[in-house]
Amino acid sequence: MKPKLVRLTLRQRQILWAYAFMAVSLVFFVVIRWYPTILAFNISFRDWNVFEGSGPWVGLDNYADIWKDLFKPRSAVRAAFWNTIRYVVFGVPSQLVLALGVALLLNQITRFSGFFRAVYFIPFVTSFVAVAFVWNWLYAPQTGLINQMLAAVGLPMQPFLNSPDQALPSIAAVAVWRGLGFAIIIFLAGLQQIPEMYYEAAKIDGANRLQMFWRITLPLLNSVIVYLAVLGAISFLRMFDLVQNMTFQGRGGPLKSTTTVVLEVYNEGFASYNMGYAAALTVILFFLILVITVIQLRLLTRRVEY
Amino acid sequence: MRTKRTAERKSSLVIGLLVILSLLLGACAAPAAAPAEQPAEAPAEAAAPAAGETVEIEYWQYNFDVRIDAMNQLIEQFEAENPNIKVIHNSDVPYDDFRNKIAASVPAGVGPDVATLFYGWQSAWIDAGYLVPLPEDVFAPDMVADQFSPLAQAGYVEGELYSLPTAVRTLALFYNKDLMEAAGLDPESPPTTLQELEEQAVACTVLNDDGTYEIMGFPVSPTGQAHHWFREVLLRQFGQQPYSDDGTQVLWNASDGGYAAWNEFLKFETELKTGDWRLFDEDPNFFLNGHACFHIDGSFRLGTIASSAPDLNFGVTELPEHNGIKSTFGSYWTHGITKKAAEDPARFDAAVKFLQFITTPDAGRLWVDVTGELPAQLEAANDPALLEDPELGAFIAGLPYAHATFFVDESKDRQAILDAYDAVTLTGADPAAELDFAVETVQELLDEFWASH
Repeated sequence: MKPKLVRLTLRQRQILWAYAFMAVSLVFFVVIRWYPTILAFNISFRDWNVFEGSGPWVGLDNYADIWKDLFKPRSAVRAAFWNTIRYVVFGVPSQLVLALGVALLLNQITRFSGFFRAVYFIPFVTSFVAVAFVWNWLYAPQTGLINQMLAAVGLPMQPFLNSPDQALPSIAAVAVWRGLGFAIIIFLAGLQQIPEMYYEAAKIDGANRLQMFWRITLPLLNSVIVYLAVLGAISFLRMFDLVQNMTFQGRGGPLKSTTTVVLEVYNEGFASYNMGYAAALTVILFFLILVITVIQLRLLTRRVEY
Repeated sequence: MRTKRTAERKSSLVIGLLVILSLLLGACAAPAAAPAEQPAEAPAEAAAPAAGETVEIEYWQYNFDVRIDAMNQLIEQFEAENPNIKVIHNSDVPYDDFRNKIAASVPAGVGPDVATLFYGWQSAWIDAGYLVPLPEDVFAPDMVADQFSPLAQAGYVEGELYSLPTAVRTLALFYNKDLMEAAGLDPESPPTTLQELEEQAVACTVLNDDGTYEIMGFPVSPTGQAHHWFREVLLRQFGQQPYSDDGTQVLWNASDGGYAAWNEFLKFETELKTGDWRLFDEDPNFFLNGHACFHIDGSFRLGTIASSAPDLNFGVTELPEHNGIKSTFGSYWTHGITKKAAEDPARFDAAVKFLQFITTPDAGRLWVDVTGELPAQLEAANDPALLEDPELGAFIAGLPYAHATFFVDESKDRQAILDAYDAVTLTGADPAAELDFAVETVQELLDEFWASH
C-alpha cells in the first residue's frame, strides 16, 4: 500500500516542500516575534510586576494612567512622545538629504569608490553601544575632542549632552551619522537603476544639471525615498540604544530632554517593574508607528512613468 | 495570467489564515503563559534530593570585583564545612542589569536561592513575594538586635526579618593630600565643619585662563553619593528630618531649615564655583584621576582606589559637622532567601545555613579585608585595629550616628533630586520651586506605596 502523497503531481509536491521550508521561518517568527507581541497586548490590560506569576486583569486602567500622566507637570511620558517626534522630524529628513548628497557624489567618482563606500558604511555595522561610548568621549565637556577643537579655533565650548537644549540634536546627529551608510548604499543602487538614455535625451533637449536632477533623478528615486523614509521613521520612532547609553544611567536626561517612548517603556518595565504600564506604552507606540507608516506610504508614493 | 493570479490569491489566503491562526494560538496561550507558578514548581519537585545527597543552591550578586573575590573565599570555606552543599556563584550580571535579570529569571522559575540585593530594593522584592521571611529560630530578633549594627534593623518589615547583611557602609569625606598641599592647605587638617569645607574647597579650586576648571575644589555630584548627603546629612544638620517617623511623608521642604540645606547643597556649584560633577569623566573618576580635592563617597570606594588609582595620595575623614550635628548615610547590600529556595525544604535548609555562614563576625572580618566594607557584626566592627585604620577609621566612626533611608523606589527618589539639581544648575530655575517639585514627586511615590500597605 503506497501512501497518498504519491498521487500528488510534481508541481504540487514542490509547493508542499516550499511550504514545509517556509514553515521553519514561520515558526521562528510566530514564537520569537508574534507571540511576545500578542503577549504585550495581553499584559497591557494587567497590573503585572514581573515577580508575581500573573497580574490581575485591570482593563484599560494602564491606558487611563498614561492619559493622566500625559497632563501632569513635567511628565516623563509627554516628554517621551514629544521627543520621539522631534527625533523623527530632525533625523529622517537630514538623513535622506545627506545620504542622497553623498550618493550623488559617490556616483560621480570611479576611483576609490569602493573605499569611500566602505568608509560610509562602517558606522552602520558598528554596535550602537560602541558608537555611543565613542561619541560620549567626543562630546565630553571641556576635555572632549569636539570641545578641544572648538577651543583651538577660539569658539566657545559647548555642553552638548549636558544641555537640555543641545542633548537631543546631539544624539540624533549620531543616529543620522550611524544610519547614513545604509541609506547611501540604497540610494546608489537606485541611482544606478536609472537608465543613462534619459539623461542623454535630456541633454539633447538642452536640459541643465539641475533640471535633470529635479525632473529625472528625483522622480525616479521615489520608490527608494519612500523605502528609506519609512525605514528611517520607524528606526527613529524606536530610538533607544543611543539614548540609553549616552545619558546618565540611561534615564534620558538631562531633565528628560532626550528620553523616548521606548526608553520609558524600558525604565517603567525593568527599573520600576510596572510591566502593565510599560506594555500599554508599547501598544500605543505600535499603533503610532502603524499610522505614521501608512500616512507616509500614502503621501510619498507617486507613480512615475516615462 | 489568470491561473497565476488565483494562485497568488490562494497563497495570500493561506498566509492570512496562518496569521489569524497564530493570533488565536497566541491569544489562547497568553493567559496560560502569564502565571509562572507551574514552571517554578516543576524543577523543585524534580530536584528534591534524597537524604545524604548533595544539595545545590544558587547564589547571585552583581558584578563587582572585590565582592566576588570575597564571596568566593567564603563559599570555599562554607563548602569545606558543609560537604553536602554545593553553592553555585553567579556574579556575571553587571549592576545595571542585575534587577532585570532577576526579574526575568524569577517568572521562569530559575535564578538564585540566595541573592544579594541593595537594602533599598527590599520593599519591592518583598511586595512581589520574591523574598521569604528568615526563620526566627535561626535568626532570633534578640540576636540580630544585640549582635548586628542598628542599620540591619531595616531588614525587618512588619515584624518579620527578610534579610541580613555581611557588611555595611557609611559615607565619609575623601581628600586629595597633594592637591591640598599645592593649594597651600595643610593636608593633615582636612575640614571638620561645613564652614571649613567651603573655605578649603574654594581655596583648592584652580581655574584655567578661559574660566574652565583645572582642579575642582569640591564637585557636588547628585549622581554619586551626594544625594544621600543632602537627605540624611545636610537636612538633619539644618534642623530638618528628611522623612516623617512613619515613613509616609517627605519633609525636605517642611521648614526653612529644609530650604537652607538645599541651598547649601547647590551653593558649591552655583555660588562658590568649586566644581561641576559633569567634568573629568564624572563621579567618582574626577577624584580618582586627581581633578578634585574633596569628594564624598562610601567605604567601598577604597577598594576601587586601591585597584584603579593606587598612587593617589589621599586621606579620609568624617563628614563635616554643622550646628554641632554629626550625621552620615548608612547603607548596605543585604542577603535574602528567595521563594525558589522555599519551595524545597532541603534547599531551604541549605540556603539558611549559607546565609548564617556569610553573616558571621568571621565572614565580616574577611569581607572588610577584601572589600573595605565594614563588618555588620558589631563584634567585628569594634575591632580596635579597624578603628585606628587611617582609611577605615572615619567610616567606622560614622556607624553610631549613621542613618539609613527608607526607600520606596531609590532610583526615582534620586532622579527627583538630580532633576531638581539640574534644573537649577543648567537652566537657572528657582531653587525653592525645584525643591518643592522634587518633594511632590517623591511624595507621590510614597503615597502610591502606602496606599497598598
